[in-house]
Amino acid sequence: MSTVRLFSRFATGSLRLVLRGNAVYWGWLGLLGALVVSGVLAYAQQLRQGLVVTAMRDQVSWGFYIGNFTFLVGVAAAAVVLVIPAYVYDWKPIRQIVVYGELLAVSAIVMCLLFVFVDIGRPDRFWHLLPPLGHLNFPSSLLAWDVLVLNVYFVVNLAVVTHILYRAFSGQPYIRSFVVPLVLLSIPMAVGIHTVTAFLYNGLAARPYWNSSILAPQFLASAFCSGPAILLIVLQLLRRFTRFEIDDAAIWKIAELMAYAMFLNLFLHGAEAFKEYYSDTEHLLYTRYWFQGLGGHRAMVPYAWAAVALNVSSFVLFILPAARRHPVLLNLGCLAIYAGVYIDKGMGLIIPGLTPDTLGDIYEYAPSLAELRVAAGVFAVGFLVFTLMLKVAVPIALGEFRFDRALPGDTLEGLPLQQRAVA
Amino acid sequence: MKRLPRERAAAAALALLLGAAFQARAQADPPTTPPAKAGGDERLELPPPPFTEGIFPCSGCHADRKPDPTRRVLKDMHDDIQLRHDEQHRWCLDCHDANDRDLLHLASGEKVPFERSYLLCGQCHGEKLRDWRAGVHGKRTGEWRSDGQKRYLLCAHCHNPHQPRFRSIEPKPAPLRPERPGAHTASAGTSTNPGGRP
Amino acid sequence: MSDDRQPSSRRRFLGSAAGASAAFIVTACGPKRLFEVPSERLRKQVAELERDYSTKYGRPVTVADTPARPGVRFAYALDISRCIGCRRCVYACAEENNLSRDPQIHWIRVLQMDKEKGVDFAHADGYYQPKEVPQEGHFYVPVSCQQCENPPCTKVCPVGATWKEPDGIVVVDYDWCIGCRYCMAACPYGARHFNWAEPGVPRDQLNPATHLLGNRPRPKGVVEKCTFCIQRTRAGRYPACVEVCPVGARKFGDLLDPQSEIRYILEHKRVLVLKEDLNTVPRFFYFYAT
Repeated sequence: MSTVRLFSRFATGSLRLVLRGNAVYWGWLGLLGALVVSGVLAYAQQLRQGLVVTAMRDQVSWGFYIGNFTFLVGVAAAAVVLVIPAYVYDWKPIRQIVVYGELLAVSAIVMCLLFVFVDIGRPDRFWHLLPPLGHLNFPSSLLAWDVLVLNVYFVVNLAVVTHILYRAFSGQPYIRSFVVPLVLLSIPMAVGIHTVTAFLYNGLAARPYWNSSILAPQFLASAFCSGPAILLIVLQLLRRFTRFEIDDAAIWKIAELMAYAMFLNLFLHGAEAFKEYYSDTEHLLYTRYWFQGLGGHRAMVPYAWAAVALNVSSFVLFILPAARRHPVLLNLGCLAIYAGVYIDKGMGLIIPGLTPDTLGDIYEYAPSLAELRVAAGVFAVGFLVFTLMLKVAVPIALGEFRFDRALPGDTLEGLPLQQRAVA
Repeated sequence: MKRLPRERAAAAALALLLGAAFQARAQADPPTTPPAKAGGDERLELPPPPFTEGIFPCSGCHADRKPDPTRRVLKDMHDDIQLRHDEQHRWCLDCHDANDRDLLHLASGEKVPFERSYLLCGQCHGEKLRDWRAGVHGKRTGEWRSDGQKRYLLCAHCHNPHQPRFRSIEPKPAPLRPERPGAHTASAGTSTNPGGRP
Repeated sequence: MSDDRQPSSRRRFLGSAAGASAAFIVTACGPKRLFEVPSERLRKQVAELERDYSTKYGRPVTVADTPARPGVRFAYALDISRCIGCRRCVYACAEENNLSRDPQIHWIRVLQMDKEKGVDFAHADGYYQPKEVPQEGHFYVPVSCQQCENPPCTKVCPVGATWKEPDGIVVVDYDWCIGCRYCMAACPYGARHFNWAEPGVPRDQLNPATHLLGNRPRPKGVVEKCTFCIQRTRAGRYPACVEVCPVGARKFGDLLDPQSEIRYILEHKRVLVLKEDLNTVPRFFYFYAT
């Protein structure tokens, strides 16, 4: 079959797959669509009036958008790192785990790029970042590094996953010499993207809360404990609603590894807290603002302790075999770990880092409605991308969506079509 | 009282405005005078001393009067001047020349015109005088180049020689605190003018 | 199947030649940041800006692009034994540099500190508003861009929109800045400010004598900061804050000129810089004249 014909089969088949679904599926798409529309409208308002519609001000010049960006870079990194235990423990659906992990990474990177885009004051000048028309201040600026590694990571993951899936669709094995090196590359890249993101905070001497060597390891630990949470839930859903198979043992192992990563995360947080409280310098102010408040400014305190509670309880849930094997507790743990790290890394990183500001001014930041709407819209885009990709990828991975088969659900299901004449 | 020549009155009025401005409420705007040059005093050009209106030349009244060197608090004239400048140890005639009231005098007895009153101040405040000559003490306007045109001021333009300590002044308004969008109650913003004044 | 086995070396050559020419054309003719613009284009850009501003504000606005004078390195000194915290510098700066009135942007922030605690930012108060200043037991430290020799802000800009000029002024190219605000996170002195909305400068309060890298009206969504009144200092004059200070606490000059006020201060006075441990090497000195 010619390339063009094959591709058009793929395209039309994919389109039919994404347009086919039950009420839950359409409800989900509807919800995401509504959030996207709301986000676009709110962003239009932001474009018209400027970033003043957010609650960010000079004192707290980074907020919800960048907090989400940081968290999602962690998710993108973690998604791919599951590949290592998959190999080590020889899980049967290792290929699928790799594929779904990379799809999650791609969706997360899409959200990361969108969050950066909505955060900058002049999105019309985005191209200033891209050589040769623009000028990328590499290697001096860590943001320049981040632009590079995130986009390379995105391209690598997208290339690998589309290659594997398309080859599976066209009934051919994937090219090992193309895939394997890239997959192997994507693992240190995963560590790399999150380290670079950590460094972009870490390198700022003006912000003592961030200027701590512990930041990069902490980012990695918190990423590796929270990132797989989404994948765990997705794998269970796939196992429930499709013919995807994965051993309970694999699921439990992932949860166990998340527990160890959470332990490391908690240990590093503890080490940070010790250093701040024991040394008792003025740099303690930022940590104190987060956990205890400063003067009458206590808006962050409930979130700080909620994050601690969520992190510790999810650690307990995942470290106890009996707990992590219980389906309800396992998923509760996933939600708890996701929420805990989200608060920690989103709010708990950005806001105390900037409050009080460099001249001692305290402005209590909390996202405005416009910011929440735009952020929800970006999340919706990411979830939408992930959903749609999964809708095509799962049937391919299960062998149900192939060039020489009817789509599942068609009247001729399972029966190979007459071979058409090759063009 | 002798009638003052018009030019002198104008200069005195100008200087008075400046003097009053500096002494009561420190304000901007230097006098537009010929520029001063760095280096020796002979080449230092300064705006005229900030006399109270009508007070100079002092010889207008004092030419016919016999000086009374007794230390006392003045009751007939100049009772509006409250000396708060080492008044324990000094009084008027330690600076003002007893015999020629149009001049000041140094501790050595050397006469000094009002236009160079800084020499008098510099006797006790030598460090300030050195700093002032270098351009480091006091207000400076003009060009930053060391050989550029700079406008100096006399000590008396900022410091009342009788009460040199500055009075406190009202500060300009504090910066506005940052506010969340829509939090502005007094001047609520519209969609085209967020947080704007009407 | 067609024979696509052309000599691959020729194909490769053609491909890369085409790519190289395209890249050259695009790089040579495409928009550029100010840092690299050839002077002819710069003149045209400046003329265009002048036209736009004059139309917008209804009066002739000039945009100078005076370059740095060779052999000059600006520095600033502020006498904290004299500053009374009156904030006249703050508002003189706002007028001179066309700072947005609404939303309010101030390039200078005056901090009231306790004499007991010394220079301590954690307990400083920028919002003091007593009836009179100076207040007993307090001293005042105005802070604006320190024009550091080792600026953390220029290091982190992802697009190179901010750099240190040869005369020492750290400038921002308002037409290149993408508004990512990384520089604001990096600055230890809170000296950089963002245009969260369209800046509001009333027409009748505009200062029409502007500089390309300084006080020309800025667009929404870019970062701005003190430029040592580049439009005045490159024309040989003192910055506005120096001239307005009623107690003469502010001093400015050329660090490379041994006769300057700045050198005199460095030699004869007790001088300190803010947050010295961060090694930003500020060119803004604080001193005690007494």
